[in-house]
Amino acid sequence: MSRSGVRLALIGALIPVIAMAAPRFGSANPDDGSGRRTTLEKIRRTGVITLGHRENSIPFSYFDDRQRVVGYAHDISVAVAREVERELGMSSLTLKLVPVTSQTRIPLLINNTIDLECGTTTNNRIRGRQVGFSTNYFISGTRFLTRKGSGIHDLDDLRGRNVVVSAGTTSEIVLRRVNAQRKLGIRIIAARDHGDAFVALEFGKAIAFMSDAAILYGEISKAKRPDDWHVVGTPMTEEVYACAMRKGDVEFKAVVDRAIQRMMRDGDMRKLYARWFQAPIPPREVNLQVPLDPGLSALFAYPNDLPLE
Amino acid sequence: MNYHWDWSVFSQLTITTVDRYWQWMLSGLALTVLIALLAWMFALALGVLLGIARTVPFRPARVVVGAYVEVFRNIPLLVQLFFWYYIAPVFLSLPWQAVINTAQPVLVQTVTAVLCLGLFTAARVCEQVRAGIEAQPKDQFSAALALGLKRRQAYRYVILPMAFRVILPPLTSEFLNVFKNTAVVLTIGLLELTAQSRQVGEFTGHIFEAFIVATLLYFLIAQTVSRLMGRLERRLTIPGESGGGR
Repeated sequence: MSRSGVRLALIGALIPVIAMAAPRFGSANPDDGSGRRTTLEKIRRTGVITLGHRENSIPFSYFDDRQRVVGYAHDISVAVAREVERELGMSSLTLKLVPVTSQTRIPLLINNTIDLECGTTTNNRIRGRQVGFSTNYFISGTRFLTRKGSGIHDLDDLRGRNVVVSAGTTSEIVLRRVNAQRKLGIRIIAARDHGDAFVALEFGKAIAFMSDAAILYGEISKAKRPDDWHVVGTPMTEEVYACAMRKGDVEFKAVVDRAIQRMMRDGDMRKLYARWFQAPIPPREVNLQVPLDPGLSALFAYPNDLPLE
Repeated sequence: MNYHWDWSVFSQLTITTVDRYWQWMLSGLALTVLIALLAWMFALALGVLLGIARTVPFRPARVVVGAYVEVFRNIPLLVQLFFWYYIAPVFLSLPWQAVINTAQPVLVQTVTAVLCLGLFTAARVCEQVRAGIEAQPKDQFSAALALGLKRRQAYRYVILPMAFRVILPPLTSEFLNVFKNTAVVLTIGLLELTAQSRQVGEFTGHIFEAFIVATLLYFLIAQTVSRLMGRLERRLTIPGESGGGR
């Protein structure tokens, strides 16, 4: 009894120690005595800018058939890196690429593993509590991907059916909310990422996959038979994508915004859009053929960094 | 580190506004415990039978069970889970596939998870049981048979009671592994403890708080299990018998 008593006391003591220590380790982390260290200083000192990218978010940020990172958002992050080079007067900045997921991107930014993440991250207020956002570079509405002939045309056809979303996305929030409020009885499967969600759809585990339209078109492009699938439904929300960075780093944000806004002003962003949404893209050289949304064209004309929700 | 800590996130209303985030964590915990316990009961029952089968003087049984162990122990759990969830139903007839695909997904996923984890763990339990039986002196068997016991009775009354006492500590580790292995089921979309803590982290922006709580909960589960198993071990100890474990 006395032995187990000692053990229990030790465990009892350990739990608050872990809980208290975890925050403390963190807050002591990046400063090492020299005051606040900004991202630009870090990059100048190391000669490396670390970009977080997605593995599977076609056509924004993903691996092509030769395992290189490509995509609309990836090109933007590379343009930002070039702008940082100019800002710091350094000729050969090393780009380090680190794969991230919706679950890891924020912790990896906060613990300084990555400096910038441009992918399919929605700029919203909840995330804005922990990270900073650049000028928005994309607008998308959430819709449904389903097999042609499935009989699904809009939200109301999904009553009592199985619908898959990528866990942690704004689509999941919207679907769970409307499902609870309107008592639709939709059974929601939360897949780990867009790729897994599409697999669940392909294998019939769900009748529809709800996500941002652009992502759905991207998933169609890598399907074995793209013609079997189509995107349906009225967009339920608008989302804006932006690059995420550490919160409160004003100097770095200024450089990132400058790069993005210049691309919008010069028409480079429009060309980039055509390159990834209106021309054949790797890995299967499918053309997504997504027309330029009027909202997006307005964003290019009047850039802003405001969250939509 | 520029992180804004807020431990009150768990009492906030969730995105659906019908429940609170601590309830999500609790439902994740419940699912983790449920899957682990069901899988463990299944694994224990099957594993013991297989373990005995590996020691009987009947070659075909030993070969078949040996093959089972090799397959289930050597293929990564994640791959097995994908097989059972996505591939296996494809071999069923179309009406059955339709039944599975339109059923409540949580139910289908839970059954799949229990089956998959159970089969995987059974292969490991089988090897523990076999080791426990083989650790018994050969003379025990001979003596039991000489006393007029049937082979079944020899297992039941002489060999197994001693074998189980020997393997209780490694079985405790297997039991703990089942709890930790349940986290793989998030890959088929089940919102167990790890998945729910990710969800809470994602939707509140307070991912560290969510993970710290999940870590503590796993820790508490593991402590509870090892304390209960330790108690069982002490109760079963036969004085003077080294096989008792203590």
